[in-house]
Amino acid sequence: VCFIPGGLDCSISFVSHVLGKVCIHGRQKEILSVLVPRLTDLTKSDCIWQRICWRLVECVPDRWMEAVVLGFVQRAAGADVLSRLLGNLVVKNKKAQFVVTQKMLLLQYCHTTAVLQNLLGYLSLDTLRRALLIKVLQELLETWGSSSAVKHSPPEQQQYISKAILICLSHLKELEIESCRQELLTSMMEGVKCHLDSSLPQIRRLGMIVAESISSKINTDGPVLKFQYEEDDETRELKSLLVPTPPFCVVSSLPDDDRNEKADAALPLVLESNKKSYTAAPVVPDEESDAELDSDDDLIPYDMSEDKELKTKAPLYIRDCIEVLTGSEDVDKWEATVKALESLVRKNPAGTREVSVELAKILLHLEEKTCIEGFVELRQRAQVAVLTTDPVPVAKYLTSQFYSLNYSLRQRMDILDVLVLAAQELSYPKSHGKTKHSGSQKPCIQLLPGSDSSKDWRRIVDERIKSKTRRFATGQSQVEPVSGPNEFNSVAGHFFFPLIQHFDRPLTTFDLLGEDHFVLGRLVHTLATLMYLAVNTMAVTAMGKALLEFVWALRFHTDSYVRQGLLSCISSVLLSVPAERLLEDMTEELLETQSWLGDVMEKDPDGDCRRLALQNLLLMENLKKKLKTVPS
Amino acid sequence: MALPPPDPQFVLRGTSAAVHTLHFSCGGQEPDVPILFSGSENGFIHVWNLKTHRVDTALDGHGRRSVYCVETMGGKDRLLSQGRDQRICLWDLAEGRTSVTDSVFTENVGFCRCSLLKVAQGRWLMAMAAKALEEVQVLELPSKTSVCTLKPEVGAKLGMPMCLKLWQLNCGSQPLLLTGYEDGSVVLWNLSTRKALSQLVCHQEPVMSLDFDLETAKGISGSSEKVLSIWSLNEQQNLQVHKTHNLVNAGISDITIRPDKKILATAGWDHRIRIFGWKKLKPLAVLDYHTATVHCVSFSDHKNPSERLLAAGSKDHRISIWSIYTQT
Repeated sequence: VCFIPGGLDCSISFVSHVLGKVCIHGRQKEILSVLVPRLTDLTKSDCIWQRICWRLVECVPDRWMEAVVLGFVQRAAGADVLSRLLGNLVVKNKKAQFVVTQKMLLLQYCHTTAVLQNLLGYLSLDTLRRALLIKVLQELLETWGSSSAVKHSPPEQQQYISKAILICLSHLKELEIESCRQELLTSMMEGVKCHLDSSLPQIRRLGMIVAESISSKINTDGPVLKFQYEEDDETRELKSLLVPTPPFCVVSSLPDDDRNEKADAALPLVLESNKKSYTAAPVVPDEESDAELDSDDDLIPYDMSEDKELKTKAPLYIRDCIEVLTGSEDVDKWEATVKALESLVRKNPAGTREVSVELAKILLHLEEKTCIEGFVELRQRAQVAVLTTDPVPVAKYLTSQFYSLNYSLRQRMDILDVLVLAAQELSYPKSHGKTKHSGSQKPCIQLLPGSDSSKDWRRIVDERIKSKTRRFATGQSQVEPVSGPNEFNSVAGHFFFPLIQHFDRPLTTFDLLGEDHFVLGRLVHTLATLMYLAVNTMAVTAMGKALLEFVWALRFHTDSYVRQGLLSCISSVLLSVPAERLLEDMTEELLETQSWLGDVMEKDPDGDCRRLALQNLLLMENLKKKLKTVPS
Repeated sequence: MALPPPDPQFVLRGTSAAVHTLHFSCGGQEPDVPILFSGSENGFIHVWNLKTHRVDTALDGHGRRSVYCVETMGGKDRLLSQGRDQRICLWDLAEGRTSVTDSVFTENVGFCRCSLLKVAQGRWLMAMAAKALEEVQVLELPSKTSVCTLKPEVGAKLGMPMCLKLWQLNCGSQPLLLTGYEDGSVVLWNLSTRKALSQLVCHQEPVMSLDFDLETAKGISGSSEKVLSIWSLNEQQNLQVHKTHNLVNAGISDITIRPDKKILATAGWDHRIRIFGWKKLKPLAVLDYHTATVHCVSFSDHKNPSERLLAAGSKDHRISIWSIYTQT
C-alpha cells in the first residue's frame, strides 16, 4: 500500500474504513503487523506523515474504533511511537477515550506490562492528554481502594491495576502530585485497609507495595510508609515500574541491592583483624619455648581445662519443668527448661500423662520471657509432644479452648497447628514417625497451605493408586516398613468433631462467621488435613459425612481462602473415605456437592478455587470409573 | 602437667550485699595495716583490715544507694566514693574519723565509674559522666571547678560513656582521657582542646571496662560480648586494634592491669576471673570460685612484690583474695 501526498482527504477515509473493517473481523495482527512498523518509520521525522496517520485513525468509524485502537496500543513499540501514531485521538474521539481510559484499564486485565507502559506513557506525553492521566489515576485508585473489588476480583486483575497505578505514579510531575495530594492520601489509606484485611498473602503484598509507592511520592521529604514483606521477583518488578523508563530502554527488574550494601558498610572494619586472634584453649608450656624469650615465659599457666561454657542445668523431671515455667524468676533456668521440655515429655510418657492437661494449659499460655531463638517452634514441638503422648484429654482441652473466650487469634491458630501436627505424627507408622519428625519441623504453617493442596492432589492420588495396585514379585523386594497399629484411629474423632461443633456460635470476642474469617479459613484447612490423615480409621465415614454437611453450610462464603479450604475438604473426603462407603452412605450429599463443584468451576472469580473444583470433579469421575471396573 | 588453679588465699564475708567496687591501700609503712575498701549495693563502704580479715569501719554516705566506685586520693586517709544517689563524696578518714568533707552532685544516673588523675601535689583531675547523655565532664579536685566538658560531635551516636581512664604520659604533660561508649567505641580525648583525637570501634556491644598501659601505649577493653579487644596508640595519637581475644563465655564487667604490667585480670559474668599475661595476652589461669557475676577486680599496691594480692568482688556478696604470680 503506498500513500500519495496529494489529494489526502478522500483516500485517507477510505483507507480508514478498510482498516476498521479488517480489524473488526479479527485480522488486526496481519494488517497492523505490516502497517504499524511502516507508519512508525514514516512518522519518525516527517510531520506530514504524522498528520496523515492521525487523520487515518480519526476517520475510522466509531463502531470499529475499539478494534483499531486496541491493535495500535498493543503493537506500538513505545509510548512515544504511540503518541506519534495516534496523536490526540483520545481527546478528540469519545470512543477512543473510552477504550483507552476505561476499557483497557478497568475492564480488561489481559494486557502485558509493556502495553500498560505504552498506554500510560502515551497519555502522559502531551499536555492535553495529561488531564486524562490524572483522571485515570483517580479511577484506578478508586477501584484499588474499594473493599468489594479487593474481595471479589481475581488476583490477576488486582495485580494489573496495581501495576497501572505504579506506572501512573511514575509519570506524574510534582505539581500534579501537589494538586491531588489529599485525594491520593485518602485513597491510599482506604485501600491499604482493604488490602491488609485480605486472607491471601499476595493481595496483602500488593497493597503494601502500592501504599509504599504512593506514600513515597506524596511525602518526598518526610517519613514514608514502609512495610515488611519478603522481596521476590514479583515485588522487584512492581517496584521497578515506579521509575519512569526512558523511551528506548527495555523495562528490566532491578534487583534490590541497596539493602545488602548498607549491611556490609555497617560492619566495623576492626573485625577484619580477627585472623590474628586465638581461642582460649589450654596452652601447653612446651609451645612457649619456641617463641622468643620474654618475661611472659616466667609465667606458667595453670590448668584451664575446666573452663567451659556456662550452661544452666535444665530440670530432669516434668513436674520440675512445670514449676519453673509457672513460677520461676530465674530466666536462665526458664530458657533451659523451654529448650529441654520436648525431649523430657517424650522420654517420660507415663509421667507426662499424669499432668498432661496442666502442661498443655501452661504451654498454650506461655509467653516469650527472654529472647530465645526459635521460641515459637520450641513451644509448638512441646505442645505436639504432650498431645501425642496423651491424646484424648489434651485434645478435649485444646478443642474446648479453641471456642472459648479471651484467646488471641494467634493462640487459636496455634491450637489448630498443634492438632494437625499431632495427628500427622499419630497417623504415620512408627518408624516413619521418628524420621519424619525431624524433617517436617520447619515453620508449621506450611502444613496448612493456601493452595499447596492443589499441587499435592496428584501426588496423593498417585500414592493411593500405588498402594491399591497389587504387585507381583519383581525380584529382590525392599525391606517392608515396620507396621504398627494406627494410633490415630482411636483419637481421630476427638480431634475432629469438637472443632466442627460450634463454628456457628459467635462469642463476644470470637466470631468465625463474621470478622474472624481468617481463622475460619485456617479451621477449614485444618479439618481438611485431619480428614485426610484419618484414612484407614474407623471414624472416617462419620467424619466424612459431617464434613460434607459443614462444607455445604459454608459453600457461599465470600472469602476465597475459605472456599479453597472447603474444596480441599472435599478432596480429603473423596480420598479418605472408602469408595463403597461414599456411595452407600453419602450419595445425596455427593450429588449436591457435584453440582456445586460444577458451579464453582465455571463462575468462581478465584483461579485457585476453579482449579480445585475441577480436580475434585475429576476425582469423583475416577472413583466412579474405579467402582464400575471392579467386578461385583 | 599443668597445675590446677589455686584457691583464694582468703575470702571476706560480711558485706551482705553485692560488691561493686574494690580498692586496695597497702602502700603504707608499718604500723599501718593494709586496707581494702569495698563498695556495696546497700550503700555501705566497708574498710577491711587485711591482717585480721575483718571490717574495721563501715561508711554510710550514699543514702543506702549502691556505691559503684571507690578510690583513694594519696593514701588511705582520703577516700572518694561514687554512688547511685548521683553524688561523689570525699571522705576524711584520718585518725578514725568517718566524715564526708565534700560532695559533688553529678546529676548523672548512669553507672560510669569516675577516673582520678593526680596532676600536682594536692590537685587531682576527675573525669565523670555528666548530666547530658553523651557528655563527660572533668573537674579539678578539691576545688571542684570544671576544667572542661567533652561532647561528641552531633550525630556521632556514641551513647552513654561506660568507662573512663584519665592519664598523662609524665607529670606536666597533657592529660588525656580514654572513654569507652555504649556503641562499642573507644575515644581518645584531648582535654585542653576538648577535641577527640581518635575514635576506634572495638566492639559490637557496649564497652564495659577498659584499662591502659602508658609504657607500651597499649590498652585493653572488655564488653558484654565474647571478645576482648587490645588496641594501641601510635605516635600520631591514633588508636588501632592490635589484636582480639575470644572468650568462652560472654560478658566482662571489669578489667585491670597489674601495676608491674606483667599480668591482667578480668571479671566475668560467667562467675570466673581470668588471668592473662599482658605482653601477648596469653591465658594463664581461670579462677572459678564465685557463684554469681564477678563485678570488680583489683590488684593491690604492696611495696613488697611477694605480698601482692588480687581481690575480686561479686554479686554473691563475697570478696575473694588471691595470691597469684607473685614471684616475678
